[in-house]
Amino acid sequence: MRSQAMFFKARAGDKLADRQLQANLGKAKSRFVEGRAQAVADYDAAPGADFEALRDAASAIRDRVLGNLDVWLETFEDKARARGAEVLYARDGAEICRLVVDIARRHGVTKAAKSKSMLSEEAGLNEALAAAGIEPVETDLGEYILQINDNEPPSHIIAPVFHKSKEEVAELFARTHHTPKKDDIAGMAREAREVLREHFMSAEMGISGANFLIAETGSVALVTNEGNGRMVTTLPKVHVVVTGIEKLVPTLEDFSTLMRLLPRSATGQRISNYVSVLTGVKGEDDLDGPEHLYVILVDNGRASLVGTEFEPMLRCIRCGACMNHCPVYQSVGGHAYGWVYPGPMGSVLTPLYTGIENALDLPHASTLCNQCGVVCPVKIPLPELLRKLREKQVELKLRPWRERLALRLWGWVASRPALYGFAARTAVRYLNRLAGGTDRIRALRAAPEWTAGRDLAAPEGRTFRELYAERVRHEGRTTR
Amino acid sequence: MAFVGMTEEKMRVGLFVTCLVDLMRPRIGFAALRLLEAAGCEVVVPSTQTCCGQPAFNSGDTRVARALALKLIAEFDGLDYVVVPSGSCGGMIRAHYPQLFDDDPAAAARARALAARTFELTDFLVSVLGVGGVPGDFEGTVTYHDSCSGLRELGVKAQPRALLAHMPGVELKEMAASEECCGFGGLFSVKFGDISTRIVDRKCDNIRATGADAVVLGDLGCMLNIEGRLRRRGDERTRVLHVAEVLAGED
Repeated sequence: MRSQAMFFKARAGDKLADRQLQANLGKAKSRFVEGRAQAVADYDAAPGADFEALRDAASAIRDRVLGNLDVWLETFEDKARARGAEVLYARDGAEICRLVVDIARRHGVTKAAKSKSMLSEEAGLNEALAAAGIEPVETDLGEYILQINDNEPPSHIIAPVFHKSKEEVAELFARTHHTPKKDDIAGMAREAREVLREHFMSAEMGISGANFLIAETGSVALVTNEGNGRMVTTLPKVHVVVTGIEKLVPTLEDFSTLMRLLPRSATGQRISNYVSVLTGVKGEDDLDGPEHLYVILVDNGRASLVGTEFEPMLRCIRCGACMNHCPVYQSVGGHAYGWVYPGPMGSVLTPLYTGIENALDLPHASTLCNQCGVVCPVKIPLPELLRKLREKQVELKLRPWRERLALRLWGWVASRPALYGFAARTAVRYLNRLAGGTDRIRALRAAPEWTAGRDLAAPEGRTFRELYAERVRHEGRTTR
Repeated sequence: MAFVGMTEEKMRVGLFVTCLVDLMRPRIGFAALRLLEAAGCEVVVPSTQTCCGQPAFNSGDTRVARALALKLIAEFDGLDYVVVPSGSCGGMIRAHYPQLFDDDPAAAARARALAARTFELTDFLVSVLGVGGVPGDFEGTVTYHDSCSGLRELGVKAQPRALLAHMPGVELKEMAASEECCGFGGLFSVKFGDISTRIVDRKCDNIRATGADAVVLGDLGCMLNIEGRLRRRGDERTRVLHVAEVLAGED
């Protein structure tokens, strides 16, 4: 997917002006935020249960994997091969597309049923399949809605149509399916299911992502709510898994620890409707399952983070809690961010995967309020990583020269108390003149974006240091 | 932990007023001073203090941030405690100063030592001094906004509420989502003013819904942002007050 992240500011402006989107975001936000809070409270209510301890355990599991990623990859590879899977590696998006198209051609595939995969968005896999004459059909309800809406990109990593209202989907369905407009979600889901059933039956290949890869068994774990994942991975004779190398966990026990966190953090569910652990190809006694299983393990920038200050980002289990709780995401939605991953995790991943210079705004598009950090199930210090990306921008001289100069000048003055005192006194008097005898400034040329939306209260009139110095002279107070 | 009055020597407390208070609202600095003195502390106000360096740190300019951190560490050397009427600047010193000197163990040790002695004002009054009363005499209903750094970096949540509870004239009416960011974010509100405005609008709605006479908070950044937006929206009634002003009362 081509990144539009460099246009974040303009895109965010459009989203702020979109009243329908604003209404939709408000509703979706409260559902996820309240859902998680309730799920955590319920979890903690059980005797001996401690959600915080669970977060610690989960981040330790993820760190253990990342510390020896090569070893766990080999373990997974051996176990998966032993069960009949073919394990392939892809360096980047182009390689993913080439591998999947090759597999499809080898098996004479004309249609591929897909369950949700953000990595296929990274790679632009649907376009590549279509270009090769293979029809990709999205079967996750949200992704299906986006596909029939002219291949619109998802705006959220677990709720692709976070930005849409029920009404908008109802109109889209009526238009696309040539059916009377429905007003209930169950009815719309049934309608989509009827359309999709035919695709499930006729697709020769299923493509899925993976929520986790379990090293000790060579299994692929899928966490879904609609059951489409099971159809995609069991009905077609070929199943292709496309997933990141960082999705590994050592054991089934580790997987179960992470599963206590993932649904609660994501949707506020104790457990998702479907949890599938898929191991190998269809066995002799199995009634269902693919005859051919390919697992494509993707780098696409991940390996370069191992061992760096950004390694904690690879702990991410893609729950979406950071964006659900982010005041910026809540205000502009996912599309403003311009690439595959939105919100705080996206603002870290987009510059790291697509180039720091191609996403200059994203690390700055955060108040660093740390709401994301405190809800992250694997304790990724997201504000810290955003700040480190800001440091990288400064190191690489990617900030505008005016900003760099202003900061340096301010720092130089702030290191010289006498000069700083003079500058502060001057600034106060200047601001008071702008206030013109009132208690506020309505327009400030130095900060036009601030005063576009709010007033600036006028300073009191003299600086604390001036007033305190006077008091010291009168009262002989302690100072130094 | 020595309680004031139990020892001969007064506790020597350094007051870091912060650059925003120095510039915009000196009365918050004097309110903090009064509260500390009323609690029996000997308050030292280093006259060379300027800024903690957070704007540089959050902008990615660690060189400037380090220089200002070293300056502050030297200025507040040798005091029993350092008290800051801001969760944001307090968080900078407590949570971030030690990280600034990964490659300089001596400076890192000094930063850690200062961090351990530094407290946000209400946290200090409650957790260190255990004060049982405050001089202020505010009358009216208030709602409390939990500023992000104070809340999530320093655990400031119950302390200001405990202090307000000592004031018989104050009725606390909690707003919805008091822990959500107001959208200030330092330079964020200057760089992304329109997004910031949308965020602070939600905060203003929640404040208005309580019908409180005043929104009280512990950070001047949030204060300027919330007050500025309330006034621009035409709300001239809801007062926006720093918790130090409320607790200390009029001079």
